[in-house]
Amino acid sequence: MKPIRRIRARTTVLPTRDIDTDQIIPARFLTTTTREGLGDYLFHDLRFDGDGRPIPDFVLNRAESKGCEILVAGQNLGCGSSREHAPWALLDYGFRAVVSTEIADIFRNNALKNGLVPIVVDAGTHRHLLDNPGIELDIDVARSTVTLPDGQTASFPLDGFARHCLLEGIDQLGYLCQQLDAVRRFEDTRPWTP
Amino acid sequence: MGGARTLFDKVWTDHVVVGETEDTPAVLYIDLHLIHEVTTPQAFTLLREQGIAVRRPDLTLATMDHSTPTSAVTSFRDLAVVVGESAARQVQKLQENCEAFGIELLGFDSDDRGIVHVIGPELGATQPGKTIVCGDSHTSTHGAFGALAFGIGTTEVGHVLATQCLLQRKPKTLALDVDGTLPRGVTAKDLILAIIGRIGIDGGTGHVIEYRGTAIAGLGMESRMTICNMSIEAGARAGMIAPDDTTFEYLEGRPRVPQGADWDRAVSRWRALASDDDAAFDRKVSLSAGELQPMVTFGTNPGMVVGINEPVPDGDGDGSFRKALDYMRVETGRPLAGTGVDVVFVGSCTNSRLSDLEQAADVMRGRKVADGVRMLVVPGSQRIKKAAEARGLDRVFIEAGAEWRESGCSMCIGMNGDTVGKGQLSVSTSNRNFEGRQGIGARTVLASPMTAAASAVTGTIADPRPFLRESAS
Repeated sequence: MKPIRRIRARTTVLPTRDIDTDQIIPARFLTTTTREGLGDYLFHDLRFDGDGRPIPDFVLNRAESKGCEILVAGQNLGCGSSREHAPWALLDYGFRAVVSTEIADIFRNNALKNGLVPIVVDAGTHRHLLDNPGIELDIDVARSTVTLPDGQTASFPLDGFARHCLLEGIDQLGYLCQQLDAVRRFEDTRPWTP
Repeated sequence: MGGARTLFDKVWTDHVVVGETEDTPAVLYIDLHLIHEVTTPQAFTLLREQGIAVRRPDLTLATMDHSTPTSAVTSFRDLAVVVGESAARQVQKLQENCEAFGIELLGFDSDDRGIVHVIGPELGATQPGKTIVCGDSHTSTHGAFGALAFGIGTTEVGHVLATQCLLQRKPKTLALDVDGTLPRGVTAKDLILAIIGRIGIDGGTGHVIEYRGTAIAGLGMESRMTICNMSIEAGARAGMIAPDDTTFEYLEGRPRVPQGADWDRAVSRWRALASDDDAAFDRKVSLSAGELQPMVTFGTNPGMVVGINEPVPDGDGDGSFRKALDYMRVETGRPLAGTGVDVVFVGSCTNSRLSDLEQAADVMRGRKVADGVRMLVVPGSQRIKKAAEARGLDRVFIEAGAEWRESGCSMCIGMNGDTVGKGQLSVSTSNRNFEGRQGIGARTVLASPMTAAASAVTGTIADPRPFLRESAS
């Protein structure tokens, strides 16, 4: 994973609440055995009509969304299925961060493992972001802050370990493998075995 | 620590390899890793790239369920025809990976194959006090046995394959107390839908739910699995129920549980897992079972739910709510009962066990699926299929005009050839009524097996209670 320290990018806004991972990437596209190219299927059934033509009204299909790398979404983003294909699709499409007032647990975990920064902001900041699509945000991972164009800054919760991994581009598997001595001790000394 | 502990605290503490600090999450040991074809190929690719072996293949169990067809298929060529090239390749890949990494696979040729969350308990691999994970959010099902079980992403699948451990922050706890007795015609499915309606689909985010109270204690294991299964639909990664005599009776004699003196030792260890009387929870919610009625969803998430005879609410002008009603083409101010139905699906990891099929069959017996309605009945495993056939349930469904299938996820997820058509209304015993979940443009109403069966018979969303015979409960 590449280190992620700072993201300066414009937002695109999908104000709907409870955007589930089936909407982010419908299940019929999960038959892949790789993680590449899933951006083509991102929000597929919202982006394309039954004949595969882009739906002009959908926000990602509008000209002003081009080049936006931060997705601002309604409350409870990423609920539902554990499919990691959801953050893979968002990243492959070009998003680098997602912002909401609440982000579902498994999606949030999956996002962090892939360098998609999940940002939970207060309701006031969120309202402002929903009302002002396309503004440029400055995300500082080290300080866990989002700064708006008017200089207003909001902080977001980010677990210390997750922050460290993002900043240094650390693969968590490597860290886990360093714990294997402790794992062996645990296995050797536990009172029962599965 | 010391002091009173919850069921969750006990199982968590028992599996901490390295404790969490402010800077680092806990290293949590995993006792059982269930894997399937959809969320594993990229994890195995990573292991291959890094030259890592599967650390504990003996604690890993594979099956195929998501992209597998529910029609009888015996060759991969047939498979590609039914589910498509890509899904067939995925199934084949799982077979190759299991062979290469020495993992037991309950594949097409196995009588033990089935939906991953059905076969774990059925084989007795799921046991109280275990930590269980799977690349599937409905792993919460196994919590019905007093296991700590939750869904993980594919990167984490790789972590468990490589180290048998996960990096985790300790979640909060939510006690969900349900007292009383479920009225006749009201099932565990109705109860969990009512719970989700009450706390919201994000009400459990960041928490592990423990379901307690006299109503929960009175439920059989299959009903308890239905409850824990849908914990994730309330945002909770895991739901748990304290193991008791009902749990032990269900497990005793199953192929993968301890035997003889080991069984007795295990049971005494399991008995000690229940939350201590004065254990503290971060949150508490209580509900009364006696007042519940059959529940149906009217929107595009499981929290948008009402009693079958209650009017659909109007959402007070909320945009997302309105959008959901427009998608569902549902009118506010009127009950859903009486709405025309195109498809009825009985199956999924929520409601595909023998008791679910029996409940649906009790309603169907001697009746016919209404004209113009397609009904699909999909047992959760090949074992359940066989047991149902031994009881003649297959005949009940087939004679009524329903389709009786091989096991699998089927219409719950619409990635295996079983789908609901565009705009069609489906009454489904599955767990998610998300837009497009059962097929592009499909409109899903979640309900119990009894409500689904009553809806199949009448051709409209129907209250099952008038259809119940004296003996049925």
